[in-house]
Parts: sequence; structure tokens; C-alpha cells
Amino acid sequence: MKKLFSAILIFTLIMSLVACSADGADTDADKEFAGQTLVVCNWGEYISDGEDGYMDVVAEFEKRTGATVEYVTADTNESLYAKLKSGAADYDVIFPSDYLVEKLIKEDMLAKIDFDNIPNMKNIMSDFLNPDYDPTGEYSVPYFWGTVGIIYNSDMVDGEITSWDDMWSDNYPNQILMFDNPRDAFAIALNKLGYSMNSTNEDEWRKAAEELKKQKFVYVMDDFFQKMPTGNAAIGVYYAGDYLAVAEENEALEFVRPESGTNIFNDAMCIPKTASNKRLAEAFINFMLEPDVGLANTEYLGYSTPNKAVYDLLDDEIKNDEISYPSEQPENWEHFRLLPDNINELMQQLWTEIKSENK
Amino acid sequence: MKSKKPLFPYILWMALFVVIPLGMVVYYSFTDESGSFTLSNFRFISQNFSTILDSLETAVVSTAVCLVLAYPLSLIMMNLSVKRQRMMNILIMLPMWMNFILRICSWQIILENNGILNQIFGILGFGPYQMLNTTGAVVVGTVYNFLPFMVLPIYSVMSKISKPVLEASRDLGCNYFQMLRRVIFPLSIPGVISGITMVFVPAASTFIISRRLGNYNLIGDTIEQYYVGTAPDMHAGSILSLVLMIVILISMAIMNHFDDAEDVVIM
Repeated sequence: MKKLFSAILIFTLIMSLVACSADGADTDADKEFAGQTLVVCNWGEYISDGEDGYMDVVAEFEKRTGATVEYVTADTNESLYAKLKSGAADYDVIFPSDYLVEKLIKEDMLAKIDFDNIPNMKNIMSDFLNPDYDPTGEYSVPYFWGTVGIIYNSDMVDGEITSWDDMWSDNYPNQILMFDNPRDAFAIALNKLGYSMNSTNEDEWRKAAEELKKQKFVYVMDDFFQKMPTGNAAIGVYYAGDYLAVAEENEALEFVRPESGTNIFNDAMCIPKTASNKRLAEAFINFMLEPDVGLANTEYLGYSTPNKAVYDLLDDEIKNDEISYPSEQPENWEHFRLLPDNINELMQQLWTEIKSENK
Repeated sequence: MKSKKPLFPYILWMALFVVIPLGMVVYYSFTDESGSFTLSNFRFISQNFSTILDSLETAVVSTAVCLVLAYPLSLIMMNLSVKRQRMMNILIMLPMWMNFILRICSWQIILENNGILNQIFGILGFGPYQMLNTTGAVVVGTVYNFLPFMVLPIYSVMSKISKPVLEASRDLGCNYFQMLRRVIFPLSIPGVISGITMVFVPAASTFIISRRLGNYNLIGDTIEQYYVGTAPDMHAGSILSLVLMIVILISMAIMNHFDDAEDVVIM
């Protein structure tokens, strides 16, 4: 009796497995990219992943093309660059920020994109075509843009926060969050001191480093999403798009862009030269520009879209939101530009010092 | 010939995962971007010298705390019934079945400003204290993580001390503390030495713990930062790894010297 039972059980199991694979083959085999694999390296929390009822973008791409996506994340532009440079990573699509795109183009690490495969490029607003970091527009497709600002918890902070100086306050020990990557962190110190974020003067970078050492910041990247809404931090600096996400969790959070200026950034989609499936990578980039996909990403992330077709679909409330779509962009909102080698090495050395001395 | 065969996979393993990576570390330590020989990478050592000292200090303190905790625990364990000893062993190893980074992140949540500990303190009517992002938190995390590596060697040496030897010392008039000092302690020295080695070496080069719990970098974090982090420079990472390795080897040599000296004293 027992034997018969297990035989039936095994038979059922095998049948269900067969049924599954048959089912899979049925729907996938005739799709253009069936059986192919795409490796995507994005930033953390930087794509609509099916939460809160929005589209699971990666799963949707797999469904539409039959391809399999291997989705990995990087922390910072610097670590993405290190992974690409070491040759250990074989990504097909990456999402570098403006100054990294410039660096990768200069070092001949990006493939030229075949725009015949990306008909949706027509959706991109003309302001975002041929940007400073990719003047010929051959290597990158804009993904999102945004600004940096101070986010603070009005329940924990007395009065209003208005300038970078407030981040050097003594009143909130262990509760002030700073970017855990050198470029973003230095930009704030440089701007606070009245220097350009793209300064090529070594002394100015040294002074900025001294400025950062004066405050015992809590250095975070993605931990921001855990620390800020839970009241474990009073003041933090982060990207405008992410403010909207944390403000939903905690209504006491406020956002401000200092008068003295801030960083305005573009993140782009690029294909490294080492990509093993360029055609599929282009299909993915084209897919990301589809109005429905772009809308899911934009609504889920809260970052500002350079995609006209997506922008038109947004609610008026979001279109007119000063945080995401500021009506004017003052002169002192700076884009990061590629730094000369000597400044880059100095920045890394100073950064190592800052991080070690932050006891 | 016969005896060499089983060694082959081991030698292959060592070559692939020890000798070749070590060779690459040495190569990158003494070359620059263009691949030509240079000594200029030594500048990274002076730049990071104080970080190396900080790491050694943290490792020494953590090792000492581990020893202070592990030695009495081992003494207690050796006197338990076999069944209980087995139980204790499992309890000590249990945390190691979980991912290391996950455990460190849990400590972060426990020690946060609004964390579990501070919430409990709040209910009891005192606090909150700043625990996260202090050097103390880093020591706690390091001790927590490496304590099993101190307990297990000491305990296993102690549990092998034959009971008649202990009984003999009592028969000859030793009280408990004399027995501890003159019999158990000398016999447990090899366990203590290997415990110290197994805690100190990884504690000196570990990473993540200081960054997550202390919000500052120790040398392991700096090396990681040079390899894959926010300041990519393989040459800097390599020379620092090399120097750290040499420093640890020297400390171990000094350690072993004490071991020999101890033998002489006992004799």
C-alpha cells in the first residue's frame, strides 16, 4: 500500500514537472530573445520592482522577450567603475551617472549604441539629447535626472534647515547622514566653502576634506532608506527622488535645496564594450523607454524623467511639483564633470583619510 | 609515489587559490598603472599608517576580551556532563550558521539610536545612549563574531586533560586555584595560543564590522575600498594587504616565541 502511494506521488511530481517545462517552452520558444541572458547592473532601489502594485519591470521584460535577466546592483559610481575596470564584471547594461559616462567614454569602455534598435529614443526630451557628458550622444540614453538636497525630520529638528551649514550643527550627534561616496560628499563641502564642485584646485579639495573631518557624519548610501524614516537620523543629504519615497513613510520629513547651490545629476543607460549581448541590451534600453514602463519607474521611484511620453502621462500634481520638476534651474546648480587624474587621486586619498578618522 | 597521489588536488587548490593570488598581490604592490616596476606605492602605507595601528589595537582589545570570556566558559564546560558539553558546543557554533553580514546588520539594528536596546532602556526609564557608531560597538561586534574561535580550541584542549592528573593534584594538596594555576593553565596553553591566533589574525584584517557598527574604516575596509569600493586603486589595495600580512606574521612570530618561553618556565 505504502509503495503504491509513493509510486503515485512520484508519478504526480514528475508529471507536474513535465507540465511546467512544457508550459514554459510553449510560450517562450517563439520569442525573439528566448533562452538568452542579459546582465543588468543598476543602483539599489532604482527600478520599479512590482511593489505597491507597480509593474515588475524586469519580469515584464522577461515576459515580453523570453530572455532571462540577471539583475545585480552597485552602490556607487566608483564601485561600478572598479568592477568594470577589473574586468571581473560582464554587464550588458549599466546606469552610470553623468561624470562616470564621461570617464568611461574617455577610457574607451563604452560601446556605441545602435539607435536603429532603440526607436523609443524619440520619446526623450530634446534638452536631454547630446548632453555635456556625451556630446555626440552615441554612448548613452538618459534614464533619470534629479537634484541633491537636505532632508530633515521636522519632529527632531528645531526650526528650519536652510543651508549646508546646518549639517555641521552640534545639536544632533550621530544623527546627521552624509553620502558614503567621495564625489557627492566632497561636492557639499566644496559648495559650502563657496568653491565649484568641479574644482581643479588641490587646495580647495584639501580644505573641503578638513571641512568634512570637522563633523562626525554617519556615512550611508542605501541605509538612508532605513535610517531616515525611522527617526534614527535627524538630518540627511540625499537625492530629491528618494525624498518622495521616504516622505510617504514619515510625514515629518522635509526637503530643502540650499540657496548656495546643489548638484544636478543625470543617470544614463549605457552598454559596456565588454557586453556579451549588445542586441539584447539595446532591446532592454528601448523597453525602458516605453511609456508604460517609464511611467511605472517614474511613479515608483519619484525621480524626474527625461522622457516626454512618460512626463505627459503624469498627474498634474507631480508635473508641477517643485521638488521633482523645478520650474527653473539656477546657475549654481552644478553638473559633475570629469575630474583630472591628479584631483581624482587626491580625492581618493583624502576620502580614505576622512573615513578612517571618523571615530 | 603512492602517498603523493592524494596530495595532488590539495596542491592544485593551494596553487590556484593561495599561490597565484598571493603572486598577483605582490605584482600589483610593486607596479604602477602602466605595469612597470615602482616603489611609489609605499606612499599608501604612510597615508594609512594610523589606520593600520587602529586595526591592530582593535584586534588586540577584541582578542583580550574574547580570552577573558572564553577561558572561564571553557573551564565551566569541561566540568559538565558529556551531553551538556555537546549542547554547549552546538550553542556556541549556532550563530556561525547564519551569514556574517546579516549578523552584523542585526547588531546595527540592536544598537541604533532608536534600536531595540535603547527601546528597552526607555521602558525601564533610562537612556537613550549612543551605542552605534562608537569604537565600543566595533569591539562588541568583533568579539561576538570571533568568540567561537577562542572558545573551541581552549575547550578542546581542556577537555583532553586527563581527569586522573587533576585528581592527583588535589590528592597532593592543591586547592582549586592552585590546581588551576599549576596544572590546568599550563596544559591549556596550546589551546590559548591557537585561540589567540584564530581570533587576532582575522580580527586585524576584518572589514564591514567597523564600517557598519563604528561608521569608520579600519584597514580591512580601506583595502576593500581600494579594490571594489569608492576609491578604486588595485595597487594601493595590494601593497596594504601585503604589509598587513607581514605585520600579522611578525605578531604571530612574537606570539610563538612566548609559547616556547612558556615551555621553558614549566620545565
